[in-house]
Amino acid sequence: MSNTDNITENRAAIPGMTDEGEKLGTEHVSDDTIRVENKDVDSSRAGRFTSYKVEDFPALTGREEDWRFTPLKRLNGLHTDELGAEAPKIEIDAPSAVQIEKVGRDDSRIGTAGVPEDRVAANAWSHFQQATVLTIPAETELDQRVEIDITGEHLDPAAQHLVVEAKPFSKAVVVLKYTGSATLAENVEFIVGDSATLNVITVQQWQDDATHASAHYALLGRDANFKHVNISLGGKTVRITPTTKFSGPGSSTEMYGLYFVDAGQHLENRLFVDHSVPNCKSRVTYKGALQGRNAHSVWVGDVLIGKEAEGTDTYELNRNLILEDGPRADSVPNLEIETGLIAGAGHASTTGQLDEDHLWYLQARGIPEAEARRLVVRGFLNEIIQQIRIDDLEDQLTSALEQELAISNN
Amino acid sequence: MSTLEIKDLHVSVILDDENSKEILKGVNLTIKSGEIHAIMGPNGSGKSTLASTIAGHPKYRVDSGEILLDGEDVTEMSVDERARAGLFLAMQYPVEIPGVTMSNFLRSAKTAVDGEAPSLRTWTKDVKGAMEDLKIDPDFISRNVNEGFSGGEKKRHEILQLELLKPKFGILDETDSGLDVDALKIVSAGVNRAHEKNDMGVMLITHYTRILRYIKPQFVHVFVDGHMVDQGGPELADRLEEEGYDSYLGK
Repeated sequence: MSNTDNITENRAAIPGMTDEGEKLGTEHVSDDTIRVENKDVDSSRAGRFTSYKVEDFPALTGREEDWRFTPLKRLNGLHTDELGAEAPKIEIDAPSAVQIEKVGRDDSRIGTAGVPEDRVAANAWSHFQQATVLTIPAETELDQRVEIDITGEHLDPAAQHLVVEAKPFSKAVVVLKYTGSATLAENVEFIVGDSATLNVITVQQWQDDATHASAHYALLGRDANFKHVNISLGGKTVRITPTTKFSGPGSSTEMYGLYFVDAGQHLENRLFVDHSVPNCKSRVTYKGALQGRNAHSVWVGDVLIGKEAEGTDTYELNRNLILEDGPRADSVPNLEIETGLIAGAGHASTTGQLDEDHLWYLQARGIPEAEARRLVVRGFLNEIIQQIRIDDLEDQLTSALEQELAISNN
Repeated sequence: MSTLEIKDLHVSVILDDENSKEILKGVNLTIKSGEIHAIMGPNGSGKSTLASTIAGHPKYRVDSGEILLDGEDVTEMSVDERARAGLFLAMQYPVEIPGVTMSNFLRSAKTAVDGEAPSLRTWTKDVKGAMEDLKIDPDFISRNVNEGFSGGEKKRHEILQLELLKPKFGILDETDSGLDVDALKIVSAGVNRAHEKNDMGVMLITHYTRILRYIKPQFVHVFVDGHMVDQGGPELADRLEEEGYDSYLGK
């Protein structure tokens, strides 16, 4: 998007790298997101406090770095209450090769992929009753997707825990679909074994009254491929915090996201890619469209390239399209680099309105303005939809987006 | 038989909220179906402003005068209404639209202009045939509108649309600029086909006489400083070829 007044653009290229990482071209960066020397540990993503226990986190004030864009009253008690209500119903449709278990809190696999980094995730961890564990056995390549339907039936605060493990050399596509009404805090772990390929598509299509905070943790083994497509359309407040960590070299993560924010909705995505081993690749691409009063999106993308992570190749991108006056889009890319021996690192963030030139061209060919707007927005968001690569799900989401667009055009 | 009439048209370009600048200073021109008019003039004379104003670009403001299509004042119409009324501007700088495929775009435009969706079978055949005529690679149909196209490819796509949408009047804004001889011949042949098949009226805006070897105008107008300063038949173009615009600028 370009040529509008309220555009902000941050781009960082990494010219002139040395093995000390000292000669970073900070003049190419319009914010202060690259911090290399004399790093204040408290401000680094690496130094963030983690714990499985909610009581280890202080009560939230809303001024914390990771909560500053989230009005706490929107959390509906997810940060304060004991999340004792019945968790949303989980229905799983999976090929027979997939092992499905309900396990207790003491199951050894729980906690493999990550540790909560915020109070709500820790609260979910402290209160879930049973975890659902899906295992794709080693060397099993699924020819059919796994579908996990999660349906909320009430608004009392609840906690949930899911673990998906793709064993070495396995290949699977897992779709998580959230519908209904819920006040839900959740942790979802993805354990991606050596040389495994796991594609996850998570679709938040809640009713208008739902509140959902979900921390996703992906831990990638050696030469593993992980793709995470995160789509938030419905719900009053939805806050997803996907993290990828690498435990072996040669792996790659692609993290895509799409959000369509209507009046009164708060849709937030906070990503973290932790490059701490060599020769891994990450791509983050999130796109959002916003319309209506008090529509609010938040995108924060943290990428940390540790001292050992030589040969890292990373790029993160967030684009927001504001369709009319009234919405607010916050977009903050953060890149921390502790070694100069990388293949590439960069980020970009743009927030703008529909490009008048695009509308002019389409209208000059007879296409009415409302339809021209739909075409352009659809084109903008389609890049993410195309990443799903499941025809019926793509069609379903495309028609959901059509309905969203119909609202904006009355 | 249709008529496009421009009467004493005064137009300003809007520079910002407070400032504008008059570009067109009383343009008069009448084009009928099947006629080809070349509008020739030096750079900066306002030729492109005339083209964009007819199509309704929001950057230009009509201060006075009229643009009548079969008696209807198009300055009262929105951009898309003008296109549906039968006006087509082949742009000098076609716009790239990410994420919107040519195939989707062409079908949407055809449906809008005709008021109904084209029959799938004939439409696919028409598009394929028109693309072949213009030597456009079939793969382009699945690419995004103008995205990553070369200058010449963009111009060919403008003419592809001209042929498929079948307007009453085609306004070609420096369609010849940046084209090599082969591309110029291909593009000119497309314009001639649309002219012959659809009895289209043509307003051919150009700086150079080169394209007039392939598209033959009956009328040539010389456009300087926002209005017509001379007109004649094809022989006027020959004179401009030899003498340039100096005699008009020197006055």
